[in-house]
Amino acid sequence: MNSVIQASQLTKRFGNFTAVDHISFEVAKGEIFGFLGANGAGKTTAMRMLCGLSKPTSGQGLVAGYDIAKQPEEVKKHIGYMSQKFSLYEDLKVWENMQLYAGIYGMNIKQIRPKIDEKLHQLGLFDERNTFVSQLPLGWKQKLAFSVAIFHEPQIVFLDEPTGGVDPITRRQFWELIYEAADRGITIFVTTHYMDEAEYCHRISMMVDGKIEALDTPKNLRERFRAATMDEVFYQLARKGREN
Amino acid sequence: MAKLEIDGINKRYGDVQALTNISFRVNDGELFGLIGPDGAGKTTLFRILTSLILADSGEASVDGLDIVKDYKELRRHIGYMPGRFSLYQDLSVEENLNFFATVFHTTVQENYHLIKEIYQQLEPFRTRRAGKLSGGMKQKLALCCALIHKPSVLFLDEPTTGVDPVSRKEFWEMLKRLKQQGITIVVSTPYMDEATRCDRIALIQHGQILSIDTPENIRKAYPKKLYRASAPDNFSLLERLRELPEIDSVFLFGEYLHVTLKKDDKKPKDVQLQLIEPGIEDCFIDLLRQK
Repeated sequence: MNSVIQASQLTKRFGNFTAVDHISFEVAKGEIFGFLGANGAGKTTAMRMLCGLSKPTSGQGLVAGYDIAKQPEEVKKHIGYMSQKFSLYEDLKVWENMQLYAGIYGMNIKQIRPKIDEKLHQLGLFDERNTFVSQLPLGWKQKLAFSVAIFHEPQIVFLDEPTGGVDPITRRQFWELIYEAADRGITIFVTTHYMDEAEYCHRISMMVDGKIEALDTPKNLRERFRAATMDEVFYQLARKGREN
Repeated sequence: MAKLEIDGINKRYGDVQALTNISFRVNDGELFGLIGPDGAGKTTLFRILTSLILADSGEASVDGLDIVKDYKELRRHIGYMPGRFSLYQDLSVEENLNFFATVFHTTVQENYHLIKEIYQQLEPFRTRRAGKLSGGMKQKLALCCALIHKPSVLFLDEPTTGVDPVSRKEFWEMLKRLKQQGITIVVSTPYMDEATRCDRIALIQHGQILSIDTPENIRKAYPKKLYRASAPDNFSLLERLRELPEIDSVFLFGEYLHVTLKKDDKKPKDVQLQLIEPGIEDCFIDLLRQK
C-alpha cells in the first residue's frame, strides 16, 4: 500500500489520562478515510498529533512522509486542513483569501497568481473574485474553504466536521468535491457526526475510549455488526465504550 | 390551547432579511422542532421569542404574555438554553445552579424533581468549575439551569449541534421525559434525522418557513415518487444518472442514491430503481429545490 499516513502505537497521555491509546493504522493515497467516534473518544487529540500540532507521548506517526514528532513543521507544510469554522477571513476578498493562505504555505507569488485564476474558474467563482467572503452564501464559502485548504497541492487534507450545520443539498455538493479531490489522488481524512456521510468513505475507523475499536469498509462493518445502517454500528460501538 | 402564538414576525439586519413573515402556534405540552441549517434564522427567532431582541414587525405571545409589553413577566415563564454555552465558567456546577435559582426567586430544592434525573449525572462533579466540564456535561448543566425555575415553555437552541449520535439520542430521551412532565418545548436543530422525534416541526431556510406539520404529514406530502439505486461505486453511478434525460434529481444518501424522475413512472433503462418512502431530509431537499 502506498500510504500517506502511517500511525504505529500512537499514544497521548495528559497526566493520568490516556486520551489516545496505542492506535495503529495506515491510510492509502487517494483514500477517503472516515475518522469517527463519540465526543471525548480521542479523535481531536489524534488528529492534532497527525497534523503536527501535538507531540505524541509515545509511538510513531508518518504523515506525507514526515515524522510527526521530529518534523512537525514539515508535516504542517505538506498537509491541508479545514474545520467546521472554515477559517476564512470574512473581511478579505475571495482572491485575497487564496493568496494569503498560499503565501502562508510558502508558495511563490509567481506561482500563486495564475493558480488563483485557474482555481476561480474551476470553482465557478471567477465573477465573485472581488467579493468579500462575508457576503458569500454558506455553500460557496465552504467550497472556497476546501479549495484554499488544498491550494498548495498537499498529499492529504484533514477535514474536521466540514459539513456541520450545512443544508442537505450543500452538504452533498461538498461530498462531490471530496470525491473529485480523491480522484485526483488527494488523500482525505475526515471526521463527521452525520452517519450517512460515513457511508461515503472508503474506510472508517471508530474510536472508543482512545482506542481504534473497528476499522473497515462501511459495508464490512455493517455486516460484522449485523446492522442496517452505520448509525447502528456507531451506537453499538460507542455504547460499548460507556459500559467499560 | 396555544402556548406560543407567533404572528407575522419580520426581522432584518442591514441588507439581510433574517426572518420573513413567520407565523405559527405551538400547543400546550407539545415538543416542537425548528429544523434548518445554519443561517436559516432559528437563533434570531429564539432571541425574539425570549425577549432578547425586538422584531421589526409582527407579534408573539408566550403563555398569553406579549413578548414586548410583558417582557418582564414573560421571562419568569420561559427557560432558554442558547446555542453557545453561557453559564459562568468560573463558578462551580452547584454555584451556577444556585445562582440561576436565586435570580428567579426560587431554590434548587423547590423544583429539584424537574432536574433530578439530569442533575444526578452531574452530582459527582458538583464542585467542579463549569469551564472545566466536558461538552456533554456542560450541556446537561445548562439544561438544569434553564429548568430550575420551572418554566412553562423551554427554548433550546441547537442543543445537539456537534454532539455525537449516541449522546444526541440520549438528549432526546431526556426531552421526551421533560415533555411528560408537562413542559412545552421548542427546540432547534440542523440534524434532519431528529425531526421525527418532535410532535410537529417547521422546516426553515433563509428566514422562511418551508413547511410546518407533523413529521408524518410532511413525509406524506412529498409530491413525487422516490426511488433508490446503488452500485459498488455510487459516485460514478451518480455522475452517470445525472446525464440521463429521465432523471429529475439524484442525491447521495448513505449507501444509496435517492432518485426522482421527470415523469414518475418513466424509468430509464438499465438502472435498478427501487421505490421507497421519503424521509424528512428528502422533503427538505425537495422544498429547497422548488424555491
